[in-house]
Amino acid sequence: MEYEAVIGLEIHSELKTKTKIFCGCETSFGAEQNTHVCPVCLGLPGVLPVVNKRVVEFAIKAGIALNCTINKFSKFDRKNYYYPDLPKNFQTSQFDLPIAEHGYVDINVDGRTKRIRVTRIHMEEDAGKLVHSGNTIKDSASSNVDYNRTGVPLIEIVSEPDMRTPEEARVYMEKVKSILEYIDVSNCKMEEGNLRADVNVSLRPEGTEKLGTKAEMKNINSFKMAENALEYEIDRQREILEDGGHIVQETRTWDDNKGMTLSMRTKEQAQDYRYMPEPDLVPIITTDEQIEVLKQSLPMLPDARKTKLMEEHGLSAYDAGIITNSRAMAEYFDDIICDGADVKLAANWLMGDLSKQLHAENKDIQNSPVSAKYLGKMIKLVEKGVISSKIAKEVFGEMWKTGAEPEAIVKEKGLVQITDTAAIEKIVDTVIADNPKPVADYKGGNVKSIGFLVGQVMKASKGKANPGTVNTLLKTKLV
Amino acid sequence: MKVSGKDVENVAGLSRLRITEDKMDKYLIEFNDFLEYVDMLQKVDTENVEPTAHVLPLQNVFREDEIKPSLDRDMALSNAPEKENGYFKVPRIIE
Ligand SMILES: [Zn+2]
Repeated sequence: MEYEAVIGLEIHSELKTKTKIFCGCETSFGAEQNTHVCPVCLGLPGVLPVVNKRVVEFAIKAGIALNCTINKFSKFDRKNYYYPDLPKNFQTSQFDLPIAEHGYVDINVDGRTKRIRVTRIHMEEDAGKLVHSGNTIKDSASSNVDYNRTGVPLIEIVSEPDMRTPEEARVYMEKVKSILEYIDVSNCKMEEGNLRADVNVSLRPEGTEKLGTKAEMKNINSFKMAENALEYEIDRQREILEDGGHIVQETRTWDDNKGMTLSMRTKEQAQDYRYMPEPDLVPIITTDEQIEVLKQSLPMLPDARKTKLMEEHGLSAYDAGIITNSRAMAEYFDDIICDGADVKLAANWLMGDLSKQLHAENKDIQNSPVSAKYLGKMIKLVEKGVISSKIAKEVFGEMWKTGAEPEAIVKEKGLVQITDTAAIEKIVDTVIADNPKPVADYKGGNVKSIGFLVGQVMKASKGKANPGTVNTLLKTKLV
Repeated sequence: MKVSGKDVENVAGLSRLRITEDKMDKYLIEFNDFLEYVDMLQKVDTENVEPTAHVLPLQNVFREDEIKPSLDRDMALSNAPEKENGYFKVPRIIE
């Protein structure tokens, strides 16, 4: 029997506010343990939480960007459970009236667009961090707790189980990250845990509707990990079903080192969170006008930007998709072409040499040693025929090293392309004289051998000859 | 009876409470009394009544996103039964 996987994601994203959701403690990452805590986030008796206005704004923005309906009446609830990373013994979250519901995200897999429905987005507080003193959790006699992260604002984005492959789940996660970055509500630094997902997966015979029993994997904090964990889990469940077994509903943990999922707890021990309305926080009422103001404040989102690059600049869907995946890259691209540099060349340089260099040196595009403006200037030098595209690589390397203007580099290094036909002709004559065999081959009908001759001329001119001129000259001389 | 001894044990477990055998009957009666009272409330006609999310007539109480001083760490840890290197120390946790 063929099985189909049914996958849903709960993405938790930390919001980039200066302070926590219910108190004025700083949210910055990496502070010394327990230095960003106060009576409110430590849950000391008698304190009153007050909602950070920006958290609500950010959550509404995320709701709009993910095509949700914003609930004009929203409230907080207590989710009760005992765990030492939660000083109050409950997490302040939202239960039945979340800030946003009924949205969707369109993803692109294998050139096809698929709509993934977003069930809801709610606001909640993050928990603290447990540090184990022994080598592994099992040989620690005790655990240490740092409450700096307790109360850092989160939004949880819950999807419908609309994904069918690990790849779709990864692409969905990437798309949500991209949108949150565009609207500037989260830093989305995976390595700092700004974005993590709980992944649900079940299998059912292909062509059937009824959902199978699912397993949940918590705290997946990279795209690759999500894809790997799902692949493993789907295989594991398929094997059990094929052997005639039953899937147990349970929470599993993904062990990235071992490359497998392990059982954490089964449903019998499952939590009963006993949600109750949070009596210390009053409801949040949002008006149509407020929603409209926030909507107007949003930048152009990845999909719209991609369409624009395709329609106005004629880029392919693939190129436009890569460039608009990150807002920083899309903005860099706009800056390259704003002074008239060729769009296609700009796309090639951005996705090619620049991305490669950035990747090699582990740099963000925002900190690129080559500015978009200079790259644009360099591309225009290529277009005008001042330098060849081969020389452009040298100029680019120099710009990367020194940050100098391309014109200055070309001038200083004498890299200007030789367009003077007489000068090139001389080199062409020498090459023809020195290479009787390829010349004879070409004359004998092997047109490919002209490539070798062009190469020789380019080499002799140290790449400065205009390849077009070289080609024409060779062809005329070899008739 | 709406609740069984098993329900009482479950609720006690969720609340990290240990219940002795001799208290079981007492809790059983009390739990049932509560739930019967709630049943009574459920009979009230609320057809045209807005659900109450909060008892106070207040809404939209916000603060600006401005940093306020946190507690001094020694102060933060001063009530902790155990501490270590600036951390709260707790019994080892295994699920
Ligand atoms: Zn605090």
